[in-house]
Amino acid sequence: MNVWLSHHLHALALAFKRLGRAPLGSLLSIAVIGIAFSLPAGIYVLLENLQALSGQVSGAPQLSLFLRLDVDKDDVAKIESYLEQHPPVASFKFVSKDSALDQLKQESGLADVMNGLERNPLPDAFVVSTRALTPEGLEALRMELGQLPQVEYAQVDSAWAKRLDALLKLGHLAVLLLGALLSFSLIAVAFNTIRLQILTMQDEIEVAKLIGATTGFVRRPFLYFGALQGMVGGAAAWLIISAGIYLTDDQLKDLLQLYEVNFRLYHLSLEDSLSLLLFSAGLGWAGAWLSVANHLSQVEPR
Amino acid sequence: MISFSQVYKRYPNGYEALKNISFSLEAGEMALITGHSGAGKTTLLRLIAAIERPTSGSIIVNGQNVSTLKGGAIPFLRRNLGLVFQDQKILFDRNVFQNVLLPLQISGFGSTAATRRVRAALDKVGLLNREKAWPITLSGGEQQRLCIARAIVNRPSILIADEPTSNLDADYARDIMDMFVSFNQVGVAILIATHDVELLGSMQQRILTLNHGELAA
Ligand SMILES: Nc1ncnc2c1ncn2[C@@H]1O[C@H](COP(=O)(O)OP(=O)(O)OP(=O)(O)O)[C@@H](O)[C@H]1O
Ligand SMILES: [Mg+2]
Repeated sequence: MNVWLSHHLHALALAFKRLGRAPLGSLLSIAVIGIAFSLPAGIYVLLENLQALSGQVSGAPQLSLFLRLDVDKDDVAKIESYLEQHPPVASFKFVSKDSALDQLKQESGLADVMNGLERNPLPDAFVVSTRALTPEGLEALRMELGQLPQVEYAQVDSAWAKRLDALLKLGHLAVLLLGALLSFSLIAVAFNTIRLQILTMQDEIEVAKLIGATTGFVRRPFLYFGALQGMVGGAAAWLIISAGIYLTDDQLKDLLQLYEVNFRLYHLSLEDSLSLLLFSAGLGWAGAWLSVANHLSQVEPR
Repeated sequence: MISFSQVYKRYPNGYEALKNISFSLEAGEMALITGHSGAGKTTLLRLIAAIERPTSGSIIVNGQNVSTLKGGAIPFLRRNLGLVFQDQKILFDRNVFQNVLLPLQISGFGSTAATRRVRAALDKVGLLNREKAWPITLSGGEQQRLCIARAIVNRPSILIADEPTSNLDADYARDIMDMFVSFNQVGVAILIATHDVELLGSMQQRILTLNHGELAA
């Protein structure tokens, strides 16, 4: 067997053994890493889900065109033909001021008050369903229709979708910041675990150096240990998120069905899960490396 | 094989442990270093393995100039030496087999070849039936044999032993010395530090005597 491979296998086996040797300590470190990481990763999952949900709810964004109060039947017909020839418009419905008033009377229960009005204060309106557009495309369409001479005001009914979109972008930024901050905690955990290991293994390190171990030989098991601990911590974070999804999914499903939305929570994608594991392994490695660079030189053979 | 020329060693506290040491040990030769406690025997052996560096002078080991050796090359120098330390440096959290295995792991041996070599080394020192034992359960003499097994498992061409017979009764010390003689008979160069005068009287080998850091003529 090749010397390089044999060295790495030896280091990996040693790392596993050390992880198993202090089960409680290892478990606690792993729990700390898992909890620290489940926070940004969990929020990320939440945001991904919100995004998917908002896509489903605002599937067909709507625009309301309120016409000027002084428009006549010809103007309405002009707008109808304009909308018919406009490709981004999926369908539209004309709501006359009279029917709008009737609807308002029924829904608000203020029929008596309304009856007392001298004239109908409501404008004629069109409710326009658009083909699925980006928030930006929807906004451009609103501007365009709002500039028609007969139109007093155009309003995006799913403005909240746009706001949600902006919020989600902000949320993603927050996840990144939180992730970066908590990454330090993983590095710190690895740093300290390795520091303790080096302290308790001083004899072993010293003897190994005395009989011809290179720095790499001594360092390698610690680096593997850091990476391994980080990766298991990342897996713990993944499990914590799974548990969270399992606990909320059923309740959320019932809740959303009240709104006639059929929606199940997504977990991290395979790609995201692997990234999580690799990232936490990398951070563990980095923490171990820092620790080894700082503490190993203090153990010189005497 | 080993050659010292005008070597001085002054410790950081200013104490001059070795003064103007010059001698050489040929390939396959065996020599004993003796002298009072504090004479500098351990210091001399540590210079050979580059555990300490000389203050001046040159030390050649296996054709390499140890006094100017770069830090990165030191591990490879040590792998060609078998070292038995005065304070033994046994790892008490590993069993006998694993203590002897360590040098082979360091050189990157595969596990089957390594197992064979460890057994051969344990056999030579008479500890084959104790391979699973924990070092704490071994007698002083057996611990000393364990150290020797660890030193020879890499099949070095030079064996350096610091007080390998300290704290052993005369018979046991005799056994250990006979073991070194038999290693020497198969061509290993051997340098042993000892202050066991009784033992020295019965040995045929070349003797280097240190006195307050100087080699007596
Ligand atoms: N690291 C050190 N710093 C300062 N002085 C030291 C150091 N190591 C050894 N000495 C001194 O150097 C001298 C030689 O020490 P050394 O250990 O080589 O003696 P020795 O001949 O092996 O003695 P012993 O027979 O007791 O083992 C001693 O006086 C000792 O106090
Ligand atoms: Mg000594």
